[in-house]
Amino acid sequence: MDAIITGITQAFNLIITFNPEVLHIAALSVYISLAATILAACISIPLGGLIHFREFRGKRTLKMIIQTLYSVPTVVVGLLIYLLLSRSGPLGFLGLLFTPEGMILGQMVLIIPITTGLVISALSGVDRNISDTLVSLGATEFQSIVQIVKEARLAILSAVILAFGRAISEVGVAMMIGGNIADQTRVLTTAIALQTGMGDFGFSIALGIILLAIALVIVVAMNLITSGLSAEHQQVLGGPRS
Amino acid sequence: MIRITALTRLAGQQKILDDINLEIRRGEIFTLIGPSGSGKTTLLRLIDLLDRPTSGKIFFDGQDTAGREKERLSIRRRMGMVFQKPAVLNVTVAENVAFGLKFRGANPAEIPQRVKLALELVGLLGFERRRAVTLSGGEMQRVAIARAMVTNPEVLLLDEPTANLDPVSSEIIEDLLIRINNDLHTTIVLATHDMIQGQRLAHRMGVIMNGRLAQVGTLHDIFYEPKGKEVARFVGIETILKGVVQTNERGHATVALESASFEVVTSCPPGKTVALYIRPEEVTISIPESGAQKTSARNQLVGTITKLVPLGPFIRVTVDCGAPITALITTRSCGELGLTTGMTVIASVKASAIHVRANPA
Repeated sequence: MDAIITGITQAFNLIITFNPEVLHIAALSVYISLAATILAACISIPLGGLIHFREFRGKRTLKMIIQTLYSVPTVVVGLLIYLLLSRSGPLGFLGLLFTPEGMILGQMVLIIPITTGLVISALSGVDRNISDTLVSLGATEFQSIVQIVKEARLAILSAVILAFGRAISEVGVAMMIGGNIADQTRVLTTAIALQTGMGDFGFSIALGIILLAIALVIVVAMNLITSGLSAEHQQVLGGPRS
Repeated sequence: MIRITALTRLAGQQKILDDINLEIRRGEIFTLIGPSGSGKTTLLRLIDLLDRPTSGKIFFDGQDTAGREKERLSIRRRMGMVFQKPAVLNVTVAENVAFGLKFRGANPAEIPQRVKLALELVGLLGFERRRAVTLSGGEMQRVAIARAMVTNPEVLLLDEPTANLDPVSSEIIEDLLIRINNDLHTTIVLATHDMIQGQRLAHRMGVIMNGRLAQVGTLHDIFYEPKGKEVARFVGIETILKGVVQTNERGHATVALESASFEVVTSCPPGKTVALYIRPEEVTISIPESGAQKTSARNQLVGTITKLVPLGPFIRVTVDCGAPITALITTRSCGELGLTTGMTVIASVKASAIHVRANPA
């Protein structure tokens, strides 16, 4: 019991005094996960659009595979990327193992299924009459796709925010690809794991509080966005994932 | 303006449209009437080149529309379409109306003025900055019409534009369509299941039943000289009787039914089997004792009331005069006459109000 109370007191001290180490870890976490999310979105929005707007064989199967990958264990992605990036691996020459860039790549791979899948759901959530209406108004195929993506903008944005939440809270990829190197690849989740193992509860609790605060910011942002969504659009959110 | 020949559309094995041949003339209001599921929407979608027919051709202004997508797009851009369920995009009213102009690469400087004119046309001036999704159903449908009209289309297609609207909103839209046709000379093709609306708006109508065009003609043709039982039932003729012509003196004929006889106007010779179509509003009901009242109706049949169905301001009365005859009378006159089921009444109908068709199916 003592350890917890001391830990919490110590945690608040670390936060209130803007402890440079804590700040650096938090900033690096946000940087890596934000970069991974933005890059994933850049890939997923066109990819999801392509899957939604094109008819091809195996489309349903592909969607099911994407949905299955929503819950791929982070350590499995970690293992896969590790094998790719390790010195003897096919992408070993890039020298990305144990770098923030490698972690960005790993988190991207982790969240691309979520963003792609939810982009597809978001586009399917747009009233089918809208696409007929756009065509009848004289839109070319491209003009109509752009407009439908814009129409689904809020649901797509929610998908992206959800993916950011998954990226910043995961520990498997960060640990296996980053290696938890102090001042270089140590992020919130890996630091908590390490410091707890070493009995440094105060530090862990401080980082945990920061992680929760970031989660809170995400929830508030999601709520602000979803309150602007119509009921049909809300179905595609499907709730947060651990 | 639009010529359709031998048009067929299949969905799987099912024929949605079967051998449609139709000419829509420049400047007219043409209504397609028919029950739900008869193929009206499918036909409009084919005319707007949203779908391709299984077989048959559509010519727009003499040009075959079966070409490549690019040609179809340029033809489609000469038309406007309004759907049954107004689909507005989640942007402002002005942005919704501007889509057609933007897609056509209109000069951005002109857009606000043209949007304003289109909104003025539909009576929604001042709604520019409102979010379109917050409007009422009737307002949304007017936005949809403004959006279709902003590009000055030669043809405006409307699919059941008032099906989900209240009577007041429907009337606003009907008036608007008449004005668009009168002032802008836009050719209008309107699909509706609402006979009264079809009647109110159309110069010519086409009745579509089970994917086939059962009859094309003027209002008078269709309402008073329906081709066949199905069309007659659909246009609101409730009494359809089968009989044989007994005598015919210069067009004034007697037709005998099993237990009644009618005087009608027809050229059918004696011995011919015919069907008699009687519109319910052409039948008047009176009480035998008040026989003093004069009527020019040649057919006065005594019978008993078997059914009274209230329809708001009207009551549908079915009288068994040896054959069932349906009359539509106002609720007020029903009350004045004190009609109840089982009562003996006289059903009168003018000889000229009975439509006669030979050899009914």
